Amino acid sequence: MSNNAIKPVLISLIVLSLLTACQTNSRDQALQTSESQVALRSMQSRAFDTTDKPKTLRTIIATLQDLGFVIDKADATLGTVSGTKLNGYSMRMTVSVRDRGTTQTIVRANAQYNNTAIEDPQPYQQFFVALEKAMFLTAQQVD
Amino acid sequence: MRKIILCLIAVVALSACAQTVPKEALELTQESLQQRQSQTRRFETKDETKLLTAGAQVLQDLGFTLEESEAGLGVVVGSKNRDATEAGQVALAIFVALAGGGAMPIDKDQKIRVSLITRPINKKETAARVTFQRVVWNTQGRVTTSEPLDEPKLYQEFFDKLSQSVFLTANEI
Repeated sequence: MSNNAIKPVLISLIVLSLLTACQTNSRDQALQTSESQVALRSMQSRAFDTTDKPKTLRTIIATLQDLGFVIDKADATLGTVSGTKLNGYSMRMTVSVRDRGTTQTIVRANAQYNNTAIEDPQPYQQFFVALEKAMFLTAQQVD
Repeated sequence: MRKIILCLIAVVALSACAQTVPKEALELTQESLQQRQSQTRRFETKDETKLLTAGAQVLQDLGFTLEESEAGLGVVVGSKNRDATEAGQVALAIFVALAGGGAMPIDKDQKIRVSLITRPINKKETAARVTFQRVVWNTQGRVTTSEPLDEPKLYQEFFDKLSQSVFLTANEI
């Protein structure tokens, strides 16, 4: 092969190698996360010393509103709240509440930014900082 | 030249995969407290359901379709689809077309969303907080704007209507 013929092949290979870092089958996204389930659960969950589920849910709603979210749905029985924030981007978040033993409640949040899952601990950390201020309770790391 | 093109391709390919969340997206700021004030009013009633019902009626008066409600948590959510065409953009598009620039996309449709949340404050008072946001699509079906609606005047007007509907005065928090 002459030098001229090799170049396009090389370029194609480089581009292909860059693209494989992305994905080959977009259907896989349905069950895909980049972080392990354990790591995600840990960064997305906090325990609070309360058993008052409705009050916790109301405080979560108020916190989401403070952060600029418009609420999409809320269900007191299931203990879930979802909201969307639009600010040049679209951020959607679902927060759920469940009992932990007889003295604590676990709050779990998961969010997406445009079309990607937020799998970085920092945004969740910020959310829980805002939430614990509104709850007047400390958000405790769940093991 | 080749190298530059290669670099450009690499950057494009990689940037399609990574998106970072703006740092202030989930942070409480001074601004969020001001917004809370303009979006919230206190009403002298302990009847949360009455306030929520009145709120739902005001939203209906304003043409919103209710999408979701959970009276147990004081939540009502609605939306409406409306025209988003603005005279200025149309004029500019006509000017561009006349100057030979072809068809310029202009804003066409918008969806306005609202959530109204009520919350008991104490034995005598209930708070209501309302928030609006919208998405705008252009004539090509692309999203051109997604934003919160922040004008204090909008909120003032909404609470005037709510206050009339519930026969109670809306007090600032």
